[in-house]
Amino acid sequence: MDFSKLFELVIAASLINNFVFTRFLGLCIFFGVSKKMETAVGMSITFTAVMMISAALSWLIFNYVMVPLEITFLKIIVFIGIVAGFVQASDTIMRKVSPGLYYKLGIYLALISTNCIILAVPLINAGEHYSFIESLAFAFGSGIGFALALVIMASIREKLELADVPAPFKGLPIAFVVTGLIALAFTGFSGLIKL
Amino acid sequence: MYDVQRIITDILGLLHLTDISHFLIPQIGVGGGVEAKEHVELMPLIKSTLIFLAGIGTVLGLGLALAAKKYSVKIDPKVEQVKDVLAHAHCGACGYAGCEQYAEAVVCKPDVPPNLCIPGGERTCEAVALITGKKALAREPDFARIMCQGDWNRAVKKFKYEGIQDCRAVILAGGGDKACRYGCLGYGTCSRVCPFDAITMTYNHLPYVDITKCTGCRKCETACPTKVIEVLPASRQVIVTCHSKDKGGETKKNCQVGCIACGICAKVCPFDAPSVEKNLSRIDLDKCKVCGLCVLKCPTNAITDFIPHRSKAFVLDNCIGCRICTKVCPVNAPSGEQKELHVIDQTKCIGCGICTAKCPVQAIDGTFNVAEVIAAAAKKKAKAA
Repeated sequence: MDFSKLFELVIAASLINNFVFTRFLGLCIFFGVSKKMETAVGMSITFTAVMMISAALSWLIFNYVMVPLEITFLKIIVFIGIVAGFVQASDTIMRKVSPGLYYKLGIYLALISTNCIILAVPLINAGEHYSFIESLAFAFGSGIGFALALVIMASIREKLELADVPAPFKGLPIAFVVTGLIALAFTGFSGLIKL
Repeated sequence: MYDVQRIITDILGLLHLTDISHFLIPQIGVGGGVEAKEHVELMPLIKSTLIFLAGIGTVLGLGLALAAKKYSVKIDPKVEQVKDVLAHAHCGACGYAGCEQYAEAVVCKPDVPPNLCIPGGERTCEAVALITGKKALAREPDFARIMCQGDWNRAVKKFKYEGIQDCRAVILAGGGDKACRYGCLGYGTCSRVCPFDAITMTYNHLPYVDITKCTGCRKCETACPTKVIEVLPASRQVIVTCHSKDKGGETKKNCQVGCIACGICAKVCPFDAPSVEKNLSRIDLDKCKVCGLCVLKCPTNAITDFIPHRSKAFVLDNCIGCRICTKVCPVNAPSGEQKELHVIDQTKCIGCGICTAKCPVQAIDGTFNVAEVIAAAAKKKAKAA
């Protein structure tokens, strides 16, 4: 296994092809929970964890069941089912096993189950024929990228609360403008590495 | 005839087209991987698809059902009921993260009292007590008090601030634009964080707390960057509304209404409630009998009386002429001979209520504390009997 390839994958997924700023996926959660730093951090942790586990699960199902059966065209439906089922199960189990963690992170789980980044990661893993470790690295990188986007946005929006924003731009509009500007800045990462 | 034959062949041709097994089915992944197959067997494909989908559906469904069964958390129906009667302000005044958490705590833990929901008030307290079977103890409400009277006309500014109009931003600019670094900055952060609209900014930039709306949730207390807001019990209505710990001279330079730590309040108080510490007088709220004497004597008017109108005392017919009131009065308003009906000089009386409290036969009426005194006397009588 080539470690540098994995590192490149993580960098590529988190910075160069950042899901929020270059692929523009998962924007609803991004704008929803980036109002406060506290929720942003909680969401990032939960998101990365769910992302890695669901990527691993769907990789197993895809490569050991769907490819032999030649039904890879079903991957969208199946991945949605797997992710939603996994999130629901972890929600139930977490509530019983560690209520403290559930109160901290449980509210984000329901949001995550229908998130498009969570679906996109297994789909890309399948499409690019990544190996198991590579899929995990890709999922980790995507999670880190999303966390980075959330933390950057939350810190900016906490400051924006105090700023004198023109009335029509207050709230979501200015957040979109800011996101666009950060996305421009993120284009600077392209060409960082060649895959 | 020729036309009919042509139509039939056309239709047959169309039917032929619908047999998709002759076509390539491209499979395009999100990542760009394109897989194409020369020939697809349709029937086995449908079969394996159905079996697989049914299988994965069953596995997931059974798994979830088992997880729900095995890891079920019993939620007391009382929690739901309690949640319904709470105020749903999610203010955190009860000390829990939100209404849901408090509802759960009050139902599950025996030592959590039912009167913690401050915005809900007495009715919520009774309802919660009814549901949980706990004893309802009415709780004295708390109000937010602004411990500063230095509005923009009365307090000196050290520079002109131009920027974001929010106290939390102003404090970043050299500790605020006021010369006194303990006082209210007056940019209205508290009025914006108040979930009950109880705080309004007056025209000269000092917050005003509407106590009919204030629930004592402490949101403003935490938001205020100079910590000039204190949440105090409602009955404590005579307060040194100044936080300046500067030396007297300095305070006087900075603000017309600051506490200069002269100690006069400590001297005039008949109950030894105020004491001067670190260049600031502070009234011990347990000793204070809200007589308001210090309010009148304070040279800088730094002590605020929150009783809106102090009515003056007058003597009732059941006065026994004991002269106690003449002795306790700090302003010498009552006069009269032994065993004769006393009179209280209305021009001198400040409505402090000390004589009302001291009169052995409750013969003095008119002050703010009459109801309280009469109730206490009745209780004492009942106890004795």
